[in-house]
Amino acid sequence: MPGIMKVEHVTSGYGEQMILNDISLEIPSHQISIIIGANGCGKSTLLKTMARLIHPTSGHVTLNNKPITKMAPKRLARVLGMLPQSPIVPEGITVSDLVGRGRYPYQSFMKGWSQDDYEAVAEAMEMMNITEFADRPIDELSGGQRQRVWIAMALAQQTDILFLDEPTTFLDITYQVEILDLLTDLNRKFGTTIVMVLHDINLSARYADYLFALKQGRLVAEGKPADIVTSDLIHQVFNLRCSIMVDPVSGSPSVVPIGRHHVREDEDELATKLEWV
Amino acid sequence: MKAMHGPKHLPILLTGALILLVACIFASLAFGSRTIGWHELLDGLFRPAVQSYEADVVRQRIVRTIFSLMCGAALGVAGALMQSVTRNPIADPSILGVNTGAALAVVIGLAFFNLTSGTATIWFALIGALVTASFVFGIGSLGRGGATPLKLVLAGAATSAALSSLVMALMIPRSNVMDRFRFWQVGSVGAGNIDSIWTFFPLLAFGLLTALIVAPSLNALALGEEMARSLGVRTGLVKLLASMAGVVLCGAATALAGPIGFIGLLAPHVIRLVIGPDERILIPMSAMAGAVILTFSDVIGRWIGSPGELEVGIVTAFVGAPTLIFLTMHVKGRE
Repeated sequence: MPGIMKVEHVTSGYGEQMILNDISLEIPSHQISIIIGANGCGKSTLLKTMARLIHPTSGHVTLNNKPITKMAPKRLARVLGMLPQSPIVPEGITVSDLVGRGRYPYQSFMKGWSQDDYEAVAEAMEMMNITEFADRPIDELSGGQRQRVWIAMALAQQTDILFLDEPTTFLDITYQVEILDLLTDLNRKFGTTIVMVLHDINLSARYADYLFALKQGRLVAEGKPADIVTSDLIHQVFNLRCSIMVDPVSGSPSVVPIGRHHVREDEDELATKLEWV
Repeated sequence: MKAMHGPKHLPILLTGALILLVACIFASLAFGSRTIGWHELLDGLFRPAVQSYEADVVRQRIVRTIFSLMCGAALGVAGALMQSVTRNPIADPSILGVNTGAALAVVIGLAFFNLTSGTATIWFALIGALVTASFVFGIGSLGRGGATPLKLVLAGAATSAALSSLVMALMIPRSNVMDRFRFWQVGSVGAGNIDSIWTFFPLLAFGLLTALIVAPSLNALALGEEMARSLGVRTGLVKLLASMAGVVLCGAATALAGPIGFIGLLAPHVIRLVIGPDERILIPMSAMAGAVILTFSDVIGRWIGSPGELEVGIVTAFVGAPTLIFLTMHVKGRE
């Protein structure tokens, strides 16, 4: 099942407070999409609404034209996985136990662990390079290793669509790149549709096939990074002046912010020296 | 391929637990205010034709032993369930006001309905426990985010405090109520008889079975509300079922034996230290640990209190407090 996910006129929020305002979009299948926007613009709310963690107050999120709120939770969980921003690590849990909990949607009370379950867990740990830690308690791992364990758990769930809410936050740059590379591997190897919220605009522009830019609960732009990332858009979305350069490594657009300090006097000259996109 | 559904040394643990179980059953039958010899023990157990004082003592102790194993198992599982639902390592069913709710119902029964029979007391206590727990769950579920662990704990603590003062207010002017209530209030498994076992059995079976069915969902819930829902867990339903099972288990044990502290706290913690946080093993093993700890405590109480006996509620507090202090010092703190 390819799993075509659409958001149709969704308005959503917590209680009285509306955070998303009439959003419609379609998630590109088999691609990596990244949602960008300023703090509090509704990025996480959009992701949670698409993962049916929040029910929209109006509109629907549909998977293959069926509203996800009408699907059985376990069945949906075999198609759509979500790694929240700060899941809880139970005290003393080992890596393999945690990864194994991703198999929940495939299990039932009468049916114990199947061969498929073991294989899915082993494969997920292999993919995230954590097989050697299988029997170690998670408390002993570094932040980057822990995040790989969580992603392995989500992989063990074997879904066509995977959502991640800021999977690289609190990691240093090396691990951020490592996690994004691993997710790209996953997308290329299995064709998994990945949607994530990311803070770093430059890494977003590099790793995303497709970007959604949100401002105050509204979708203001969407498209390939090279097509939509302009200094105007960044100004509109983040209220930040900037220059756009071409990332010398990937060729994707790269944002160079302009603050109040450390800006050269001769701005015109600066503009000519930088390669504008 | 590594075993991913439990610790590798599970068979050893199970064997150890079984040996402990058999040992405590044996101790409970043989030791007490009067120590029974091997021969008389076998007479009492397997030779119904033999009539002797010792054999009769053993036969009476069989009921007491079964009752205490059942109470311990119920309290151990109730503790494991509550700790899991409230995500609070020091939770036990008293956190939902179960004990005070049961106590209030018993006092009301004694004061206004002239409760005399043991069975009626049981039903009053059980209904009191259930009503209070539902009330606390209801309050804890109000507002944003549903029944969060913190809200449940706060609602439980507030309700418990309010109900305790009601218990006092009802009891103090009525000295006859106070006397009978005090008898119930000190937990004892000596009060158990064959009727209480039959009353207890269906409740215990319901509670244990529900606990085992929700165990995998509790494993997912342990990763956080959002993670659990992403995995397809109906979190509201699971929390409701688990709390209900916990309340029925603890409520039934409390109603029959009086409030017995610490078992619900101690049993799951000991097991968690040994086998880790997998609820599918934790729940059945907590039943085993609760049964063993309570029965051993009862034996100690009979032995120390000889020629009378020391109520098991007092012994568990004495055994439990130091063990809890030991656990706090050795369990790794959360980051």
